[in-house]
Amino acid sequence: MTSAEEKSLKLTAISVREGVLTSTHGAKSGHPGGSLSAADMFTYLYFKEMRIDPKNPRWEDRDRFVLSKGHTAPGLYSTLALRGYFPVEDLPTLRHIDSYLQGHPNMNTVPGVDMSTGSLGQGLSTAAGMAKGAKFLNKDVNVYCVVGDGELAEGQIWEATMFSAHYKLDNLCIIVDLNGLQIDGRTCDVMNTEPVDKKFEAFGCDVVKINGHDFQDIESAFAKFHANKGTGKPTAILMKTTKGKGVSYMEDKAGWHGKAPNDEEYAQGMAELEAARAALEV
Amino acid sequence: MAEVKKVATRDSYGNALKELGAVAPNLVVLDADLAGATKTATFQKAFPERHFDCGIAEANMINVAAGLSTMGLVPFAATFAMFAAGRAYEQVRNTIGYPHLNVKIGATHGGISVGEDGASHQCCEDFALMRTIPGMTVMCPADDVEARKMVKAAYEMEGPVYMRFGRAATPVFHDEDYEFHIGKGEVLQDGTDIAIIATGIMVPEAIEAGKALAEQGISARVINMATIKPLDEALVLQAAKDCGKIVTVEEHSIIGGLGEAVCGLLSEQLPTPVKLIGVNDEFGHSGPAAALLKAFGLCADHIVEVAKELAAKG
Repeated sequence: MTSAEEKSLKLTAISVREGVLTSTHGAKSGHPGGSLSAADMFTYLYFKEMRIDPKNPRWEDRDRFVLSKGHTAPGLYSTLALRGYFPVEDLPTLRHIDSYLQGHPNMNTVPGVDMSTGSLGQGLSTAAGMAKGAKFLNKDVNVYCVVGDGELAEGQIWEATMFSAHYKLDNLCIIVDLNGLQIDGRTCDVMNTEPVDKKFEAFGCDVVKINGHDFQDIESAFAKFHANKGTGKPTAILMKTTKGKGVSYMEDKAGWHGKAPNDEEYAQGMAELEAARAALEV
Repeated sequence: MAEVKKVATRDSYGNALKELGAVAPNLVVLDADLAGATKTATFQKAFPERHFDCGIAEANMINVAAGLSTMGLVPFAATFAMFAAGRAYEQVRNTIGYPHLNVKIGATHGGISVGEDGASHQCCEDFALMRTIPGMTVMCPADDVEARKMVKAAYEMEGPVYMRFGRAATPVFHDEDYEFHIGKGEVLQDGTDIAIIATGIMVPEAIEAGKALAEQGISARVINMATIKPLDEALVLQAAKDCGKIVTVEEHSIIGGLGEAVCGLLSEQLPTPVKLIGVNDEFGHSGPAAALLKAFGLCADHIVEVAKELAAKG
């Protein structure tokens, strides 16, 4: 990745984060914390990694994305809007009674959403079904699925991982957002899911551990995913992240899992992101 | 009396999938380690590359089916009714029902006629659970012929479908030229004193009851209601209008099934006395299927008794 490319991704990620704040502020509810922790990943996926066409969201041969941790829809919507699937101006209508931007991803109302999600534990199974379908149809389609670390407590995640290894779904990329926090507190206190790497290894995945806020790291993880083609192994990218990343008062605070910024908080967050943009553009 | 041919509708399911598989290359079948019992093994033998065993993980299977459907395939997911509608209810609700995906759920071993396995496997709640999901088509065939035509019709329609098949061999009364239509009931015997509306393997019992009632001077209209949702409202209303009294019969809890669907319609549009025959608010237990059905009043004799009592009321 060139430094210009990296800078461009960083700037886009700042815009994604602004969209997270704008949409949850407009909704007066929603989930900013996990949207911000995965914002760099969303950015890389939609601006560099995935073969997609925003002008043709249902293009048959596109790569698929499933947001298993569906409550972080603000992060996904913001990314989709910036990528051109729908107007960025619509983001503040999130969760409004007459908006197509439903509280959790809805594939039938939001252009670019490949699967309706929200009930934790189910998205990975659905992604596995897509990957299996692509293999069956001999389509060169990759399926990417972002899972939360709290979500790993759902037994179905492991049913899905077992299925993916059994059916040799090396076109499936599982991305775990290890931000370490969930609604009730630290993941290690609520329900310890560690050791996550050994679990995915034991279930038959090739495990790649990265810093989820480092685009070089993210790029190398996807290079590993592509190199795994032909091995029959699904890839599990375990990305260490900070919940609320980019907005100082939200960082590493479980309280910002599902709470919207008020007017002052919104202004402060937007100012911080603007400052980050200015620093990059120096 | 000539021996009546008997076939379990789960066998019909397997045979229909195999037949359909030959002409429908986008049809795939999923099972959860019960292919021998659900009879999807019949399809598996013919098309092993299109049969995906998901192991004993029904929740995952339902979501995998959802994912497959978005790739343009038409998945039929099979397991016992208890696990399809019960274990995986929320998966069906949120990832098949809510996005309205083109997934067909073939649930076998419905009702108490599962028999010896007992209450843990005797699902009498599936119609109720599946009916509450918006946009879900819920069906239960009365015999082998109808079951096979139903599978084909489910494949041909776009959208989520739940079908319940039985474990026990039950009488085949339809001819091969029978035309099945989703959402349409079938009048098997005309009558004006009382209407008996039955579904699934209760239909042969209702037919028998209708004949017995005729011998006793009671003219019963016997209706096969294979589609529980969407209900054939016109047929129910016509029966209520013509007969004035209705008995519903289902191998399902009297809570939330065909009987309540009929009552819901009639209470709003044409209040009519209805008696519901089904499994009362209780669990099943082990025993041979035929003996269990009798013990729970899911038989022609009991239908006759209830119908006579209702017909006699002013």
